[in-house]
Amino acid sequence: MKTAARLFAVIGAVLCMAAASDPSERLEDPAQEARAREMFREVRCLVCQNESIDDSEAELAVDLRRVVRGEIVAGRSDDEIRRFLVERYGEFVLLKPAFSAGNAVLWLAPFGIVLAGGALLFGLLRRRPKKAEGLSAEEETRLKALLDND
Amino acid sequence: MIAELGAFCLVLALVLSVVQAGLCGVGGGRRLPVLAGAGEGAALAAFLALLAAFGCLIWAFVTSDFSVSNVAANSHTQKPMLYRVAGAWGSHEGSMLLWCLTLTGYGAATAVFGRGLRLGLRSYALSAQGVLGVLFLAYTAFASNPFTRVFPAPVEGRSLNPLLQDPALAFHPPFLYAGYVGFSVVFSFAVAALIDGRLDSAWARWVRPWTLAAWSLLTVGIGLGAFWAYYELGWGGWWFWDPVENASFMPWLVGAALLHSAIVTERRGALTGWTVFLALAAFVFSMLGAFLVRSGVLTSVHAFAVDPTRGVMLLSILGVTAGAGFILFAWRAQTLAPGGAFAPVSRESAIVLNNILLSAATATVLLGTLYPLIREATGGETVSVGPPYFNLTFTPLLILAFIILPAGPLLAWKRGDAKGVAQRLGLAAAIAAGCAVLAVVLISPRHAVASAGLGVGVWLICGAAVEIAERIKLFKAPGAEVKRRLTGLPRGAWGTTLAHAGLGVFVLGAVYETTWKVEAAEALTQGGRLSLGAYEVRLDSVAVHDGPNYLAERGVVRVTRDGAAVCTAQPERRFYPAGGQTTSEVALCLKGVDDLYIVLGERRAGPNGEPAWLVRAYFNPWVRLIFLGPLMMALGGLVSLSDRRLRFAAPAKAEGAKA
Repeated sequence: MKTAARLFAVIGAVLCMAAASDPSERLEDPAQEARAREMFREVRCLVCQNESIDDSEAELAVDLRRVVRGEIVAGRSDDEIRRFLVERYGEFVLLKPAFSAGNAVLWLAPFGIVLAGGALLFGLLRRRPKKAEGLSAEEETRLKALLDND
Repeated sequence: MIAELGAFCLVLALVLSVVQAGLCGVGGGRRLPVLAGAGEGAALAAFLALLAAFGCLIWAFVTSDFSVSNVAANSHTQKPMLYRVAGAWGSHEGSMLLWCLTLTGYGAATAVFGRGLRLGLRSYALSAQGVLGVLFLAYTAFASNPFTRVFPAPVEGRSLNPLLQDPALAFHPPFLYAGYVGFSVVFSFAVAALIDGRLDSAWARWVRPWTLAAWSLLTVGIGLGAFWAYYELGWGGWWFWDPVENASFMPWLVGAALLHSAIVTERRGALTGWTVFLALAAFVFSMLGAFLVRSGVLTSVHAFAVDPTRGVMLLSILGVTAGAGFILFAWRAQTLAPGGAFAPVSRESAIVLNNILLSAATATVLLGTLYPLIREATGGETVSVGPPYFNLTFTPLLILAFIILPAGPLLAWKRGDAKGVAQRLGLAAAIAAGCAVLAVVLISPRHAVASAGLGVGVWLICGAAVEIAERIKLFKAPGAEVKRRLTGLPRGAWGTTLAHAGLGVFVLGAVYETTWKVEAAEALTQGGRLSLGAYEVRLDSVAVHDGPNYLAERGVVRVTRDGAAVCTAQPERRFYPAGGQTTSEVALCLKGVDDLYIVLGERRAGPNGEPAWLVRAYFNPWVRLIFLGPLMMALGGLVSLSDRRLRFAAPAKAEGAKA
């Protein structure tokens, strides 16, 4: 029994578990609850190593979940809730960086690189002389026969 | 005594690496086979010395020699034997020793398998490998020595993080390092070829098997890590776009690009400069990973053996190595001869597209990982870059790559037949589209995008099947001919197909699991039940259970479906007194490729004051495909590796025959 007591004494300092599904926190309206869960995945648990508040059991995550659920019940839109969180905790709280001028590089670079690569490939293909003529029909059949015998 | 022997062997390996770098460099430059041969001997000896050093460290862990500070900090007498051994590479110091062991191991393998290569290339490569060895061994010996003694020796060790006491995790670093460090050979050969000034198909043929080996091992390592996260962290996630995961993923992506571009260089003599660049970049990204994981510049759920001051030293090694490699590249790359021309529709073009998309994907991961640091350094506000960013940028890039993938192997070199390929892939496309439509119609709740994702997975698998069918002329040639072609198919072709199909299997699993997983959580008293989709989960009892080095509450959970028993699961909640940590031991019921994932949570007061436990249950459909896919990809790599043309010694022989 002593071991059990010791065990129960420390429970609570637990690592990460999909804490947001805790029935004691849940909203009654399933649609609102689903919206809250969606939102949780975009909000960082500020004191954790690198987790969203959907995954963390830290006290701050519990608080933040309560805040977000409260705002949803109060009828705020997702954007309003995001703005509220950023005002309170800074941009750091959002796991999805805002589409802002400051973050332009972050959002555009991936596609910019593809475009640049595509342009390079296009240039490479155009620069090469097109002197290699295709084979005549007769040569094609001979080549095919040779390859098939291979 | 054993620890001193280990420390001595470590320093001996350092000295031998200096000898290797010097003798091979001079021997290669002056074309003196005797000197170079002695350098090769030093490479072998350095590996043996490190093997001995590593053996000493394992011995210290196995015997719980707490006078060695590394053992005292990371082990415990009550720890099971497997994890005592694994503890040897569980810390910063030990993991660097494993890194060095692998590095010198690859050096020794180069010396053994490269005998037939021309002297210049072989010696310069071994010299470069020696220099890498010197850098990392010096760091390990002087800044991160695992054999340092502590006085007085503590009576008991401080244990290892209980989350890390797990078989998948115990074996995942050796695979990961074998992968990371495998790219060092490719790096060294790129440097050697740049110095030597001869970049030909013999070089590419040498680079391909090493890339394949390293990439396959890295795939296994990352897969094991993801599997560990899946069942150990307790909420069923397997990839978090965490900096540490990204650190291992970047060399994997570059390695995948290199695998493909090296084929073009070998077969067609084209893209030589780009292949050399990727060969350098793969190991640079490996080193970047080693730095990010250990320096603590980024916060991570996997934060591991973090030490900022030593991080600066690792950053210096990274800077020196990457700087030297890329400066050499910029200086010598102009001398490379342009390769053969190719038409817009050709296998070359397809591979170039693959490389563009993989490079952009790598750059995205790099940018997303480092962006918070960049913003902070430029005086901006601190930001977070999490999974939603990668889902919106990385994922579309890869989907584009997946869509063009099946066409690649069907296109001819130099000039492909777009119409013919479209005809041959028509059936695969129809099946894929049909599956996507069926998914959206049949599976509830409906998700159009995810159903299209399933279609992409099916497209990859069918595309891989079409490739084999085309090669053996299935339904086009008489049966005997098909059979002859089937048995005569090179292993490389099977490897390609297996890897590409594995990618499809992974996509299927990832899309299905992410979209259609079912979750339920309730506070249950003993005998309480909750429903999870079609399943019913009943908490029969909870009892206290004593483990070897932990105390646990163990629940007995019975799962039924329509009254029929499915399985009995025993999830645990463990407390490790040595470190004061609590972990949850998830119970998994495997049903085909689906998992029932059950977690026993905290104890709380029930409705009538009787004890209740928070039970979380997940139904993760097709989740095993997520881990099966990478396994198939790694297997594909190894099957290719067993191809006659791709064995390690093959290019050496081919070159010997030419000379």
